[in-house]
Amino acid sequence: MRRFGEKANLWFLIAPPTIWALHFLFCYVTAAVICAKSGLSADLRPIQIAIGAATAVAALLIVLAGWKAYHHWRPSSELPPYDDPSDDDREQFLGISTFLLSCLSLVGVVFVALPALFIADCR
Amino acid sequence: MSEAPDQALLAAQEDRLRRVWATSGGWRYWSAVNNTEVGVWYTATSLFFFLFAGVLALIMRGQLAVPDNDLVSPGLYNQLFTLHGTMMMFLFAVPIFEAVAILILPQMLAARDLPFPRLSAFGYWCFLIGGVFVAGSIFFNAAPDGGWFMYPPLTTNPEYSGIGADIWLLGLSFIEVASIAAAVELIVGVLKCRPPGMRINLIPLYCWYVLIVAGMILFAFPPLIAGDILFEMERLFGWPFFDPTRGGDPILWQHLFWIFGHPEVYIIFLPSIALLAMIVPTFAQRPIVGYGWIVLAAVGTGFLSFGLWAHHMFTTGLPIVSQGFFSAASEAVAIPTGVQIFVFVATMLAGRVVFAIPMLYATGALAIFVFGGLTGVMVALAPFDWQAHDSYFVVAHLHYTLIGGMFFPLIAGVYYFYPFVMGRMLSDRLGKWAFWLMFTGFNVAFLPMHFTGLRGMPRRVFTYPADLGFDLLNLVSTLGAFVMAAGVAVLAWDVVRPLTWKPKAPQNPWNAGTLEWAEGDPESPWGIRSVPIIESRYPLWDQPDLAQRIQEGRFFLPDAEEGKRETMVTTVLDAEPLQVLRLPGNSFLPMLAAVFVGGSFIAATFHWWVTTILSGVVGIGVIMVWLWTGTSMIPEKREKNAGLNTVLPLYSSGPSSVGWWAMFITMVGDGTAFGSLVFSYFFYWTIRPDFPPPDATGPGQFYPTLAAILALLAWGLMLLARHRNKAGHELKALLMVLASAFVALGSGAAILWAPYVTGLQPTRDSYDATVWVLAIWTAAHLALGALMQGYCIARGLAGKLSARHDIDLQNVTLYWHFATITALTTALVTGLFPLAVGAG
Repeated sequence: MRRFGEKANLWFLIAPPTIWALHFLFCYVTAAVICAKSGLSADLRPIQIAIGAATAVAALLIVLAGWKAYHHWRPSSELPPYDDPSDDDREQFLGISTFLLSCLSLVGVVFVALPALFIADCR
Repeated sequence: MSEAPDQALLAAQEDRLRRVWATSGGWRYWSAVNNTEVGVWYTATSLFFFLFAGVLALIMRGQLAVPDNDLVSPGLYNQLFTLHGTMMMFLFAVPIFEAVAILILPQMLAARDLPFPRLSAFGYWCFLIGGVFVAGSIFFNAAPDGGWFMYPPLTTNPEYSGIGADIWLLGLSFIEVASIAAAVELIVGVLKCRPPGMRINLIPLYCWYVLIVAGMILFAFPPLIAGDILFEMERLFGWPFFDPTRGGDPILWQHLFWIFGHPEVYIIFLPSIALLAMIVPTFAQRPIVGYGWIVLAAVGTGFLSFGLWAHHMFTTGLPIVSQGFFSAASEAVAIPTGVQIFVFVATMLAGRVVFAIPMLYATGALAIFVFGGLTGVMVALAPFDWQAHDSYFVVAHLHYTLIGGMFFPLIAGVYYFYPFVMGRMLSDRLGKWAFWLMFTGFNVAFLPMHFTGLRGMPRRVFTYPADLGFDLLNLVSTLGAFVMAAGVAVLAWDVVRPLTWKPKAPQNPWNAGTLEWAEGDPESPWGIRSVPIIESRYPLWDQPDLAQRIQEGRFFLPDAEEGKRETMVTTVLDAEPLQVLRLPGNSFLPMLAAVFVGGSFIAATFHWWVTTILSGVVGIGVIMVWLWTGTSMIPEKREKNAGLNTVLPLYSSGPSSVGWWAMFITMVGDGTAFGSLVFSYFFYWTIRPDFPPPDATGPGQFYPTLAAILALLAWGLMLLARHRNKAGHELKALLMVLASAFVALGSGAAILWAPYVTGLQPTRDSYDATVWVLAIWTAAHLALGALMQGYCIARGLAGKLSARHDIDLQNVTLYWHFATITALTTALVTGLFPLAVGAG
């Protein structure tokens, strides 16, 4: 039995942006439900706490995915373009691509969470 | 050095291959299913629709040239702008992606064809029929006239919007099915039909984009299909999904439309950028700089584009915090988009660029697109959008992104791939004329529109009074539009003028490095002479004599000894050979299926219910014949030597077969549509204080629970049947399938009985209507599942399904996983959710 995540694959590649998407959906749905149910002047503090927690979880997961991807990438052993027909190059290519996607997803998660930090009600 | 090939053997092989892959002559030509024919028809048809929609735009610009003009009536003007937008999006931009991909992808992957050629042909005929139906409506003064995004309540009221809205909804729903079919084909093609050795780190960038865009289609189109269903139920039967007086909400349509609509912008943008990702390295004569960065950009854009939809709805009164989320995501998407542009610029800087015609269009595209992207960042900011919304500023912005991001790259692709498809070169001189006329005309037409918009001219008005500051700007825009049209005319002439006037193209005229240029002669029908082993991203540059060795049949499948069409199936990550896949040959069945299924949609538009049902039933019958005679065929032997002493199986089922993947992918799309219907239910719950309303009478808990239990039982029986069949108890397995079918029908009946017996009236309130629509969707899936089970039983009795040859049973069981989830979800949502919120 191979250890989980030992080998890079396409599921790992899409994991970070999928986490971004789930986090985005969570933020949107939470705010939409609270604003619709409690009126436009609803206090957003509970939402801020929920979104803050979700952001921390999402960021942590993405960092973990990025860390795993960094291990597949192993930039110290060889630099891009990873275009040899070998297992090593395939691993390193998937590694670097997943790592880059983790960075983008992390920025995306922080970006999307910011409105909840600065906007205090639903108006 | 390898020894010289045996010429007699080569000639015999080529003869056999030619016979197997030949296109029929005469009227039978139209039975072709091979990508080299279907791809050309598809491309030509979508380009024709582009010209048609372009003429509509010119009439509009003629009307707007001067104030208080009366060239066309207000009603006709409404039809013009609606049909222009609709056709450009649904009949040109999306289909041309599918068309070009079907045309070039197999050769780029050194595959003989995509895995489901008849599905491609079916998709094409659906597209043609639906497209002609929608486009032709304008000649009967019956075109849709509510804007290409069809907002209710204007369009849900038949008195305001006539039959045009039905034509839009039913015609386009039919085409959307074709898009999903193409998505299935392309995903399986990229993942499973690559040449041996083309590992995931070596695939051409175009294929990455195709993979991602096809995946996006699976999640973007189904919400629109769900929206179309709700919309058409309201128009035809008065179910009040979007009617606020009966608990509906027009905003729901906007959500469903834009969950589709915004990713769609990227669905048409990414494949065009993908063409640039092929063209730029060729003309820079070096590999792309930052292959991994392009993958980042493509995947990143694909995902982020799903978080942007509400930026089309900033003025609908969404809570400001929600607007903030969508604004943030809209700005974040600029990051991966920008990365792609920088990668192209870096590649050009690092290489020595040959400024041939395709490069001219590529650089023009980048210039226009960057401008459109920047105004996009402006309108992503909600406060700016509140001012610019529905003004000509938005018209200018969207044309800059679409023409820069989609149209110019596509024309670069036309010039680049024309020799690959036709074996002739387009004219350099005409190409330059066309470019400068289009580039100049475009900017003259659309740049002033930013100012027309900022000065306050709303979009979609059929005229305007003089002296509001719009006169000169509009006149200039009209002039520019006609200059651009002149460029398009030059281009069209260059493309359609007789082939004999054009010089013959040398093999690989641009000295490109990717595989589609390995086959020199587009006249050879086989796609690729032999399927090579790939060791590089640019094999024609890096693998010496590769093209020649392919021609000499030195690799896989150099022959067609058994007289069958064949291609290679390989593993997803490392492209190790798995199977020799037998492909179906030419057939009229896909065309017939499209005619009857299309006939059913068209008849529904006119409320000819008997014809609708008859046509639909015949259509399903044709599809059954097609499946029966052309899929999961049992080969005459277990395995064959595919060349290079590699023996591969001819049959595989379950996750290692392409059909299983196609079913999986289709059902992901199907699940997304169902998810959108469930979203509608919860959307009403969110916005209404009383959902389920206190006077709602059903559907109760008993029948939904019963339906859930029966669905689980049907599913369990299918799992057991698959297991028994594998163990060799074939008859027992068939009996279980039969039992499962009866239980499934019982489950479907229970789920429909629940709202019926509890007196839910779908025309009374959006709650009743939503419960009904979920029940009908689920029951239809269970019934379809039972039909598939019947098919399996028939296959078993006919000796076409056995322990070893169990493709059908595997795929139907896979369908049942999804059908069961659908049934359980419907039972939980409609039966138990009301209890959870205390309304049961």
